[in-house]
Amino acid sequence: MSEFFSQGGFAFFVWGAYGMVAALLVIEILQLRAQRRTLLARLGRLSRMRDTGATE
Amino acid sequence: MALNWFKFASPASFYPIAGRLVPVFWVLTLALLAVGLYWGFFQTADQLGGSNPQKEYYRIIFIHVPTAWMSMWLYMILVGWAAIGLVFNTRLSFMMANAVAPTGAIFTFLALWTGAFWGRPSWGTYWDWDPRLTSELALFFLYIGYIALHSAIDDTRRADRASALLAIVGLIMVPVIFWSINCPDPNQCAALHQRSNLMRIEGNILFSMLIMTLAFWMYSFATTFMRLRSIILTREAESAWVQDILTKEARA
Repeated sequence: MSEFFSQGGFAFFVWGAYGMVAALLVIEILQLRAQRRTLLARLGRLSRMRDTGATE
Repeated sequence: MALNWFKFASPASFYPIAGRLVPVFWVLTLALLAVGLYWGFFQTADQLGGSNPQKEYYRIIFIHVPTAWMSMWLYMILVGWAAIGLVFNTRLSFMMANAVAPTGAIFTFLALWTGAFWGRPSWGTYWDWDPRLTSELALFFLYIGYIALHSAIDDTRRADRASALLAIVGLIMVPVIFWSINCPDPNQCAALHQRSNLMRIEGNILFSMLIMTLAFWMYSFATTFMRLRSIILTREAESAWVQDILTKEARA
């Protein structure tokens, strides 16, 4: 197991490359989910404001 | 033609289709990643030792080549949608181009990053102004330029057209990157980057590399469609069908 993690002494380079790929791809997914949540909240608020404004 | 493609070109009809496709692409991404990574790390170990000077860092190939391919491929997709948008004036095409750009920029950065982490142990340097590296860096700036130009213009339709033109002009970088390693005379252009030859590569390494490319491709579909859905909602916020969706979301 530790042999796998040491990658023949090149752990820094192998995991440095793989780590950045994993980090950026996960961050992109999280950012997209957050973007959708805030967008739906904002549009929902706008649409409710319009609805209540029409009845006044 | 029996199938009317322009029917799908409407944001309102593509929004639910994209929504149904996203989970499919996530499943494909995870399955392909599992196979590609397993194969790359555990089925290619016989490449080490003997007369082969490569050490464990050759495993970076399973992410380096796929990210580099995706960086060029996604740029061609971006330009394709931008061109279709300019010719047919279809709103969805521009939105598609918009949605691809950030994912393409990320893959371009990752190609440079993984290349640097491979270059340091094998060439002795993280960076060199080699034709391949330099042209890939220029592609990264083109993605950034496209995104920046689009966000700098307030009128969305003008932003679409201006940034589409920039993207199309920048397409020249893709063949430049592709052929940048085929330097005929090493004295004229000192190319550090290896030439690639898919025919000579070892079978297991090639297999893992191709599976990882498919995985990143499916990932790109998933993230692009997720981003596209947000772009459609933002741009069509005033339309009746978006209002319907919002009422349904509010009740749920």
